[in-house]
Amino acid sequence: MQQTIKSPEIKEFPLFEGQQTYERITDQITSIPTDRHPMAWTIMFGLGLIGAFALLMALVYLVAVGTGIWGINQPVAWGFAIINFVWWIGIGHAGTLISAILLLLRQAWRMSINRFAEAMTIFAVMCAGIFPLFHTGRPWVAYWLFPIPNWLAMWPQFRSPLEWDVWAVSTYFTVSVLFWYMGLIPDLAKMRDRAKSQLSRTLNGIFALGWRNSAIHWMRWEQAYLLLAGLSTPLVLSVHSIVSLDFAISIVPGWHVTIFPPYFVAGAIFSGFAMVLTLVIPFRILYPKLKDYITMNHIDMMAKVMLATGWIVFYGYLCEMFFGWYSGNQFEQFLVVNRFFGPYWAAYWALIFCNGIVPQLLWSPKIRQNLLVLFIISIIVNIGMWFERFVIVVMSLHRDFFPSAWGMYTPTGSDWWLYLGTIGFFIMMMFLFARFIPMLAVAELKELWYKLYHGHNGHGGVHAHEPKPTAPAPQGGGQ
Amino acid sequence: MAHGTTEPKLYGLMAEFETPDQLLEAARRTRDAGYKKFDCYTPFPIHGLTAAMGVKEAKVPWTVFTMGLLGAIGAFSLQVWTSMVDYPLNVAGRDLLSWPYFIPITFEGMVLAAAFGAFFGTHIYNRMLTYYHPVFNVPQFARASTDRFFVCIESKDPKFNRDEAYRFLQSLNPISISEVPE
Repeated sequence: MQQTIKSPEIKEFPLFEGQQTYERITDQITSIPTDRHPMAWTIMFGLGLIGAFALLMALVYLVAVGTGIWGINQPVAWGFAIINFVWWIGIGHAGTLISAILLLLRQAWRMSINRFAEAMTIFAVMCAGIFPLFHTGRPWVAYWLFPIPNWLAMWPQFRSPLEWDVWAVSTYFTVSVLFWYMGLIPDLAKMRDRAKSQLSRTLNGIFALGWRNSAIHWMRWEQAYLLLAGLSTPLVLSVHSIVSLDFAISIVPGWHVTIFPPYFVAGAIFSGFAMVLTLVIPFRILYPKLKDYITMNHIDMMAKVMLATGWIVFYGYLCEMFFGWYSGNQFEQFLVVNRFFGPYWAAYWALIFCNGIVPQLLWSPKIRQNLLVLFIISIIVNIGMWFERFVIVVMSLHRDFFPSAWGMYTPTGSDWWLYLGTIGFFIMMMFLFARFIPMLAVAELKELWYKLYHGHNGHGGVHAHEPKPTAPAPQGGGQ
Repeated sequence: MAHGTTEPKLYGLMAEFETPDQLLEAARRTRDAGYKKFDCYTPFPIHGLTAAMGVKEAKVPWTVFTMGLLGAIGAFSLQVWTSMVDYPLNVAGRDLLSWPYFIPITFEGMVLAAAFGAFFGTHIYNRMLTYYHPVFNVPQFARASTDRFFVCIESKDPKFNRDEAYRFLQSLNPISISEVPE
């Protein structure tokens, strides 16, 4: 009978801090939504709300006047709408990586950040979806993108990567929501069982869909959860690959590159982990209860993933340069030189600085433990990844083949308005999530706790209550 | 603990345990005692619990597989039918059946249908999407989502006899035994 943690092999890499019991894990996490929220919650939610309203107004103005309020033109017809779309989708990818790929790889450290990261995915994909929808100019006929029989007797062009994008992103959003909700159901049941108010009990009861912790239900839940992870893994890789095909299938210099799919996926994971850090570091301060579960080790792991994926992305930049030179094509070669010294040179060097140089600080274990520096690095990486998309979209388009067709692109106030509006909307959603839903996956954390510290070796006691001796087990009970 | 002899109908008898290992042991012994209609309740999935209960099924994986297959076939045939039969577009004599271009959407259709199969399959087999269940009538059961482990022998079991089941559950050394009214 033990009450304290006794597992030396785990000590070097604690995934939990403090003296835990099943009850404490449950209490700490499910009490966050019902606790009094810090003042900072109100302030941040208020800021997010203002941003969300600004977004709404930007969209009303856009629909009323048309996409002419943006800085897009010929030759740069894609501008902010596509830059921001790719940026947001990329951010979403880290959530799926954490929830699905790390689950398949049996990485125990994912358990305490998956719920949070998946929420981030869903909200980021919502923000992303706004841009192409309104970039069509006529969002009220967006149903034309789906194969719905209509009076035009026309079908979507299934051979176009833009149509693949519609399928990829909408499938990605749907599957992410299902996966997230699937993991959430047992925890909503906990919220229901622990609810103090009738309203909370009723609402959580409805959304828990009658979950009753039955062993047979858990078995099916685990099967489905693992299968959803298995489906999400190729899905997430397909989404950013297809996004990259929007570019790579064209013949525009700098876009027609075979490295685009893997390079886009690595960049997505890189930027997504940066965003997870940007969110997790302040949330840990705002809700100190999270510190026992999102430990400095988790932060260290995320920083390492950022460093690794950062190098893949940087390898992509080197490949692009090599490809430009090796193609022997004067347009491709011109593009590389134009990136270095052209009119948008500042954006290119900002990208190299933010994504290539700054992340190298993460080699130092001291920096990986310094939350302030990490937070700043994560913001810089977010900005760097935004510049990457700017470089890809604008630099290739503004100088393509004929000098007579060259142009320049300057974003207008409306572009910035809409972009900042989506950031506000994202912040609002994240804080609403923290307010109403358990931020960490309680059941999965308890399962992990059981596996790590109270395996099948008979040291099952978590409470002071001594279990009564039972008859010897038929085989290998291990008492 | 067992009051309510006037209760019209009994759903089952429920025993409460403190640790996952006790639950595993109890599940194994309930199965060995010959009970068929019983279930365990635990705040988190315990590896080996369904094996101890003698439950084995793969309905969810098969549903996911079937749905995925149907999704892929559906998405692929939709594209072939629209571009070959319903609205063939002759672009410089290019092949109408340009199947490599149909692969991305076929893949997405497969994933979408399979994910719906996983989500709805689980909940339909679990008889969920309900607000009420008899087990919620037991006051201690609120802790099933926190830190308590339960075994419930249901009255549907052909071998079920209230007093025998009670004595059997007592032999498992639980912290409490409750009647579950329907």
